[in-house]
Amino acid sequence: MSLLYIARRFGVLLVIIWLAATLNFFLPRLSGDDPVRNKLLEQASLGGYAQAGIEDMVKVYQKQFGLDRPLYEQYLTYIENVAHGDLNYSIANYPRTVVAMIGEALPWTIGLLGLTTVISFALGTFLGALLAWPGAPRWLQWVMPPLWALHAIPFFLLGLVLMWLLAFQAQILPIFGGYSPGAKPGWTPGFILDVLRHAVLPSLSIILVSVGGWALAMRGMMVTTMGEDYVTFAEAKGLRSLSIFTRYCMRNAILPQTTALALALGQILSGAVLVEVIFGYPGLGALLFQAIQENDFFLIQGIVFTVIVGLGFATFLLDILYPWLDPRISYRRG
Amino acid sequence: MRRYLRRNTSLMVGLVLLGLLALFMIVGALTVDTSNAQALSVPALQPPSWDYPFGTDRQGRDLLAVMVAGTPLTLRIGFIAGFFGVGIGAVLAFTAAYYRGWVDTVIRGVADIGLTVPGLLVLIIIAVSIKSLLTVNEMALIVASLAWLNPTRTIRSQVLTLRERGFVEIARLNGLSGPEIIFQELMPNLLPYLAATLVASVSSAILASVGLEVLGLGPVEAPTLGMTLYWVNFNAAIINGWWWWWLAPLVVILVVFLGLFFLTVGLDEIANPRLRRAA
Repeated sequence: MSLLYIARRFGVLLVIIWLAATLNFFLPRLSGDDPVRNKLLEQASLGGYAQAGIEDMVKVYQKQFGLDRPLYEQYLTYIENVAHGDLNYSIANYPRTVVAMIGEALPWTIGLLGLTTVISFALGTFLGALLAWPGAPRWLQWVMPPLWALHAIPFFLLGLVLMWLLAFQAQILPIFGGYSPGAKPGWTPGFILDVLRHAVLPSLSIILVSVGGWALAMRGMMVTTMGEDYVTFAEAKGLRSLSIFTRYCMRNAILPQTTALALALGQILSGAVLVEVIFGYPGLGALLFQAIQENDFFLIQGIVFTVIVGLGFATFLLDILYPWLDPRISYRRG
Repeated sequence: MRRYLRRNTSLMVGLVLLGLLALFMIVGALTVDTSNAQALSVPALQPPSWDYPFGTDRQGRDLLAVMVAGTPLTLRIGFIAGFFGVGIGAVLAFTAAYYRGWVDTVIRGVADIGLTVPGLLVLIIIAVSIKSLLTVNEMALIVASLAWLNPTRTIRSQVLTLRERGFVEIARLNGLSGPEIIFQELMPNLLPYLAATLVASVSSAILASVGLEVLGLGPVEAPTLGMTLYWVNFNAAIINGWWWWWLAPLVVILVVFLGLFFLTVGLDEIANPRLRRAA
């Protein structure tokens, strides 16, 4: 693997981070609203004060927040703060910083997304590979069509149905939250079991929807790979069909799948945000929903920035892994 | 035609589902009083009955009227955003893939980077920045602002393979200009593929708009499908056992997504005949 390749990918990562920060800075300013004046006018109308001194107060506050300086200076300060990991204070929960609130929610989202993405990717890829194989078991023919149909609907819609079926009607799983109210968070077996039980429904709604897509793509790749000459040659050599299946077909067909995984991460995350909202799962999605409800602008910006940077890192890692998975890539430029 | 439809089951299923939906919208628009889709117009929280076949919600909307008024709105968001997306995407893709060079590098770079970013979150920032109450059309434009990324990428790769064919070479030797080749030679050959891309991007635009609406960033006044689900979630309708409230929007959205999905698969099969063997 060449150093140039890694450097190039890292450059893309830096561009993504810079774009996310810049977007965060300029988009809100496009609307032309003055947050300080709005807030003061809002408070003045609530308290019934006269509005005489407000313009002076606006000036003082703007000086304090640096809003009176030229735009490019504000932008540079902002970029510098972001680079130091300072994402400002939460407006609705004032003394708390955005970074602290995100730090609390992040493990939940990483856990949920990591688990469901790995499971659905592995399961879908395996099912898709089996499906293209002539010796596949009969029951697959009955399992796949429903999974393909599910693939067309958003995660959270299935979430609603599962919630009603398993939590409301059957009452075998908890309906809401990341752990039972009143439970003491800690590394005790009881609490871990509780967390797992709460994770079942959100995970199921993501996994059941994604599996079909991975299976569909993998089946297509398998059909192409099985037509290759080296597979015919392996059959002619008299290799066991199991080793042809795993070492010759799956090994080669899985490569485009992993490329697709990097591209799909963003979509999976967008969908998972809504699943968290529906189930009140205490991750970034639910925090984002809360921030939108409370009009907590800095928190919204912070979450969006964190997620974009996080996904950028994940894509970067996958990009670095490709040449290791597929030696052909390292000879290719770009 | 009928024989082809029997062979291309996906296309038929898609058309039947969307046909049913169209029938529901037309018959509904002619027979149902859509003014009952506003809050406080009928008794609240009635389960389905003869008077209110789909039941009513907590704020006193007749859910049948909401579905009749809201389905076209949601579809409109999807179609406006989808058309913009494929239109802009096609122009960029043809320019990039036909002329290559630095134009291609820039367009491909922007599309590739843009696609790694989770679209919903960028849309959230845009929607929050606008702050004012959104209308359905503004909503569509917000969604359209990112809807061109995917079409650009996929159409570009199709054009790249097409431009190396013999007939393009001959057209170039005949002295046709770049735009002439794009519109007269390349575009007609990709029409079925463009149609499939259009349906797929309408579907993902609807997905994005429903997502924004469920988060509470939609047109609050409009009874779209996504806003209905927002109220369902807001009032915890599932825990409270008001099953009819979410059943109606759920079924309509299911029909929309499944219909568009099967239509895309069917159109893909027309665009790419090699798929027929695998199916």
